[in-house]
Amino acid sequence: MTSTVDTLRFTTAGSVDDGKSTLIGRLLYDSKSIFEDQLASVESASNKRGGNRVDLSLLTDGLTAEREQGITIDVAYRYFTSAKRRFIIADTPGHEQYTRNMVTGASTADLTVILVDAAKGLQTQSRRHAIIASLLGIPHVVLAVNKMDAVGYSQSVFEDIRSEFTHFCRDLAFAELDFIPVSALEGDMVVERGDKLGWYAGPTLLELLETTRAAEASAREFRFPVQRVAQTRFGNALDTRGYMGRIESGRVSVGDSIAVLPSGLTARVKDIVTLDGSLATASAPKSVTLLLDTQLDISRGDLIAHADELPTVSNQITANLAWMSAQPLDASRRYLIKHTTQTVRAAIEGIDYRLDVNTLARETGVTTFKLNDIGRLRLKTLKPLITDGYRANRATGSFILIDEVTNQTVAAGMISNEAAHG
Amino acid sequence: MNAVLKQQVGYESFGTTSNDALANDHLDWLESEAIHIMREVVAETKNPALLFSGGKDSIVMLRLAEKAFRPDRFPFPLLHIDTEHNFPEVIEFRDRRAAELGEKLIVRSVQDGIDSGRIVLRRPDESRNVHQTVTLLDAIKEFEFDALFGGARRDEEKARAKERILSHRDEFGQWDPKNQRPELWDLFNARLNPGEHFRAFPISNWTELDVWQYIAREKLAVPSIYFAHQREVVERRGLLVPVTSLTPPRTGEAVITRNVRFRTVGDITCTCPVASDAATVDAILAETLVTRITERGATRMDDQTSDASMELRKKEGYF
Repeated sequence: MTSTVDTLRFTTAGSVDDGKSTLIGRLLYDSKSIFEDQLASVESASNKRGGNRVDLSLLTDGLTAEREQGITIDVAYRYFTSAKRRFIIADTPGHEQYTRNMVTGASTADLTVILVDAAKGLQTQSRRHAIIASLLGIPHVVLAVNKMDAVGYSQSVFEDIRSEFTHFCRDLAFAELDFIPVSALEGDMVVERGDKLGWYAGPTLLELLETTRAAEASAREFRFPVQRVAQTRFGNALDTRGYMGRIESGRVSVGDSIAVLPSGLTARVKDIVTLDGSLATASAPKSVTLLLDTQLDISRGDLIAHADELPTVSNQITANLAWMSAQPLDASRRYLIKHTTQTVRAAIEGIDYRLDVNTLARETGVTTFKLNDIGRLRLKTLKPLITDGYRANRATGSFILIDEVTNQTVAAGMISNEAAHG
Repeated sequence: MNAVLKQQVGYESFGTTSNDALANDHLDWLESEAIHIMREVVAETKNPALLFSGGKDSIVMLRLAEKAFRPDRFPFPLLHIDTEHNFPEVIEFRDRRAAELGEKLIVRSVQDGIDSGRIVLRRPDESRNVHQTVTLLDAIKEFEFDALFGGARRDEEKARAKERILSHRDEFGQWDPKNQRPELWDLFNARLNPGEHFRAFPISNWTELDVWQYIAREKLAVPSIYFAHQREVVERRGLLVPVTSLTPPRTGEAVITRNVRFRTVGDITCTCPVASDAATVDAILAETLVTRITERGATRMDDQTSDASMELRKKEGYF
């Protein structure tokens, strides 16, 4: 579930050692979101490591192995509130082997901050993360050019990186792309402006995060995947079933004409039940129990939509895929696909291409995806899925693939309902 | 916009004007997310249970379970791992709340494990907190639970900040933080091998302030020790240690009477109150807004033994 107006969910990404954890530590520290005992603990850990200043990255690097190796292993979630907004940060790792965690953090984010080391320039990981952000439908990317202190706060270094990244992103679908020069280490342009970046007139990182519009749900169509059928019957005669679920997009009112998919049978909404009483209307993202005026055979995995705004029902799926397992895709095998509240078997019909993350070139003729590969493929499912394109609707356009043997989640998928070359 | 009107119009027109620190429109999506998680886990596992201690987070969990499943009975029993070193007000509250809801409460006791020799204390007055893991894992085996709902929150502690909402445990109950399943969107992979189980954390994204705001909004009762009261304590390493028969003052320590309340409620031997005059939920909310010390930092002796104590306990199967 993504942000509401008063809460912004964002993620940080970038190559290893670009200073992501330090940047978040700086954001928390300078916005006075650090508690005294947390700071004392970080000061003590910094002293043990022999540093002569407080290592702000220790605020988010929580696991023993992370502190030992000085890297981020897993997504750390942080919560803070500025004077203007609540924030949920997913701090994600830059090591290539942990790219899957960046995908994890990005899947629920509305904005991504990609860090680049000013001295090193754009890296493969920076480009990969931009592509992942684009594939995951994150509308707003902020490229934070970090370690400006290490390049003498040079405007030309910043401008070179800005123009290279702008050029790289020309084919990616970001609604907004911003650039900020920062030094997380020194605190320039994160919360405070500092006095070294006088040539930069734009907002600080915190100002940008406070004022950016949270993504409004793009999907207006009512989508209600059924999670569960209540055991208790409703109504005066106790003859009415209740369908429990969350409104993933749009709104529904009593009296609306709906269709149940995949059967296509229709009915009208009789009641919208919550613990706090019946509602006349309810909107995403509310969890409710729906009652219908006609008794239909409905179970978990079915989807309720307005009869005049139907999603696609098909067992042929074309999707962009981020492969997340060390074990490569075996196109001869069946995988489980989990989509909304339904889990079914799927076979690989064909791989269209793999993306080269540096050039965005589409490599055709590939037969597998390996860890961290991104590409497009076609799947055939045992039962039809009820879908929208991911660009239109994150909830009904996303799925995961599960390896039935290991039970591992091996891929993240984003459905493309356009033609395979779209 | 008043509360009734908000309910009528749903969510879309919420929160566009207010930056008030105590605005609580965000509670609606936190609540809906938690309900969604509870329903998903119940649908995809065979035999879940909900950990209920009588503490504030698990009180919120019970209300969320009502929101998720009523008018049905809860599709799971409540489970408490009792160290028998709990505050009596909390245990009384636990039993009363379970009875009010008409839900089944299973209690398994650390004392039974000590009596049977499953649990060996290093010394008689050692805190039983860490030993709950043995009793918890025994209960999981006894009832063949494959999912346990817990009220842990990511803002509590740095190891918790890294945990998935649906968190896998191997057949020894262990958490492997370096090998967690990626958790994408709200699509939970609830597949297990025999003997393994999940811990499910529907209020992962809530903060301490959110919990108190929800308690205020839903008018939830909480045990009396959450509110300011007079108590005999000693000052020890920056904490106010309650004076009880289990935690007597040490030689040379002065017993003083202070106005205190508990921010967390756990085993008596490792839970400390904070100085406070907050006698109402609103007063607690006001204090929570301005506190400069984390919830566990102010109150937990068990987290102070090392920087990674929670991580180590969690790896072994702790809550």
